[in-house]
Amino acid sequence: MSSLSRDEVANLARLARIEMSDEELVSLASEFTVILEAVARVQEVASADVAPTSHPLPLRNVFRPDVTTPSLTPEEALSGAPASEEQRFRVPQILGEEA
Amino acid sequence: MIRSSASEMASALAQGEITSVALTQLHLDRIASVDKDVHAFLHIDTEGALEQASAVDAKRAKGEKLSPLAGVPLALKDVLAQKGVPTTCGSKILEGWRPPYDSTVVAKLKKNDIVILGKTNMDEFAMGSSTENSAYGPTHNPWDLSRIPGGSGGGSAASLAAFEAPLAIGTDTGGSIRQPAAVTGTVGVKPTYGGVSRYGLVAFSSSLDQAGPCARTVLDTALLHEAIAGHDAKDATSINAPVPQVVAAAKSGDVKGMKIGVVKELNGDGYQPGVRARFEESLELLAKAGAEIVEVSCPNFEYALAAYYLIAPSECSSNLARFDAMRYGLRVGDVNGASAEEVMNLTREVGFGREVKRRIILGTYALSSGYYDAYYGSAQKVRTLITQDFTAAFTKADVLVSPTCPTTAFKIGEKSNDPLAMYLNDIATIPVNMAGIGGMSLPSGLADEDGLPVGFQIMSPVMKDERMYSVGAALEAALLSKWGAPILSKVPALGGRV
Repeated sequence: MSSLSRDEVANLARLARIEMSDEELVSLASEFTVILEAVARVQEVASADVAPTSHPLPLRNVFRPDVTTPSLTPEEALSGAPASEEQRFRVPQILGEEA
Repeated sequence: MIRSSASEMASALAQGEITSVALTQLHLDRIASVDKDVHAFLHIDTEGALEQASAVDAKRAKGEKLSPLAGVPLALKDVLAQKGVPTTCGSKILEGWRPPYDSTVVAKLKKNDIVILGKTNMDEFAMGSSTENSAYGPTHNPWDLSRIPGGSGGGSAASLAAFEAPLAIGTDTGGSIRQPAAVTGTVGVKPTYGGVSRYGLVAFSSSLDQAGPCARTVLDTALLHEAIAGHDAKDATSINAPVPQVVAAAKSGDVKGMKIGVVKELNGDGYQPGVRARFEESLELLAKAGAEIVEVSCPNFEYALAAYYLIAPSECSSNLARFDAMRYGLRVGDVNGASAEEVMNLTREVGFGREVKRRIILGTYALSSGYYDAYYGSAQKVRTLITQDFTAAFTKADVLVSPTCPTTAFKIGEKSNDPLAMYLNDIATIPVNMAGIGGMSLPSGLADEDGLPVGFQIMSPVMKDERMYSVGAALEAALLSKWGAPILSKVPALGGRV
């Protein structure tokens, strides 16, 4: 029943922004057939009358006073950056050159 | 001295029998002599540790009032941010990253003058049950170096069993504190979800992750628990209530009249004979100590593993999206006008290991349109059913108990190519995380067939963490008088001096 093809895994890898070799896609697809069969068991008891739980605590919004508190300096915030320039993170191009 | 408990070390420090600098140096020497075999540590912060130790010695000399564990060394799982100290989560994607801030757990350790020796090895982003998924190589179990120390917190547990540290911090998403404790003969506690702040704990599965204390005795674990617990405004899911009285409970160890519920579904087939024998023996000792043993049934636990392997991957696929090569961590392929998306794809290919990729893809699938209800949605419903099973069981018993895991430590490499067999290690620990309750593992002896440690799990209701410490202390005392010496006195000598 539940199985994934190589192309389906390739699409998921694209959505998850992970480059994958053909070999990796094929082996993941075969592993997923086994894993999905095991996890699909949740459907046996998940009937419509059961409410879902997303979190163990019954929390709603948690508020704090809207006041300024000390935070990182620009140097600290940029200390782990792969590249920075003029107190900013330098990133690869996001829009095409033509844009 | 390194074989003493943390409480004994704290009392020697208070009596002026040893300084924190000397105690810290003893542990650094021990690490230098045995860690090439054990590989519990990814980073040893010699300078920082000695600096902290010397500061606490100075405070003591001035007669300042100090916390109960002041000056005692600790090993920190490499998933918690410590300012200026490398924090990798066992992943190449964070190699060389030095956080610009302290996690709340680290801030509390520092405030309590607990000396941080270094960062311990773990399965990459805490995904695993053997520490084999670390990008920096596996940790070896001090009981048998060819075996796994459990995971994901294998480094923290191994450091305790190898006498490299008397205290350690772990994190537990599906058993990552308790299962390593079980297979190394040490004690580990997953507090109630929200009992210890998650601020600065690198997120794997936010609704399940919980940091907690690890040590060689129940009392040491309680003292560390009290030091790191409490409400934190920086974590919106932190519980704003007094910390359970865990130290008092560990000191009294009184179980007279307590009802201890044996979970029928967490025993039997699939559990190694030696694991079952040690479990039965512990139940008898608890009964002798005055507890009443009852059986409870939690029929939906059999679906917990399946639900966990949907919920945790789903949350991780979202949480790990932050590793995008833009603001910190690894960046690969940023050449010749490559786009941000190409750089992300290449960085995540190189930076993440196999299990992390497997779970991100599985989570992406479980959350994708058309499959959401069948997978993630159904898993959330199972989570409700498991919580209801616990609620019902806790009307019949004050705590619930089971073996911590089905087997003793297996060989390194034995299960690494079979994800499902690996996932089964967590079958008895996962329900606790699903419901957000507390769980402890403590040693219940050695399995006859292989001479390896077996863990006994105690589960307590939300914010009733003190109950597992009462039961744990009672069982520990009964076992100690039976054995005549702590279980770790049987750990084989490691390469170096003892």
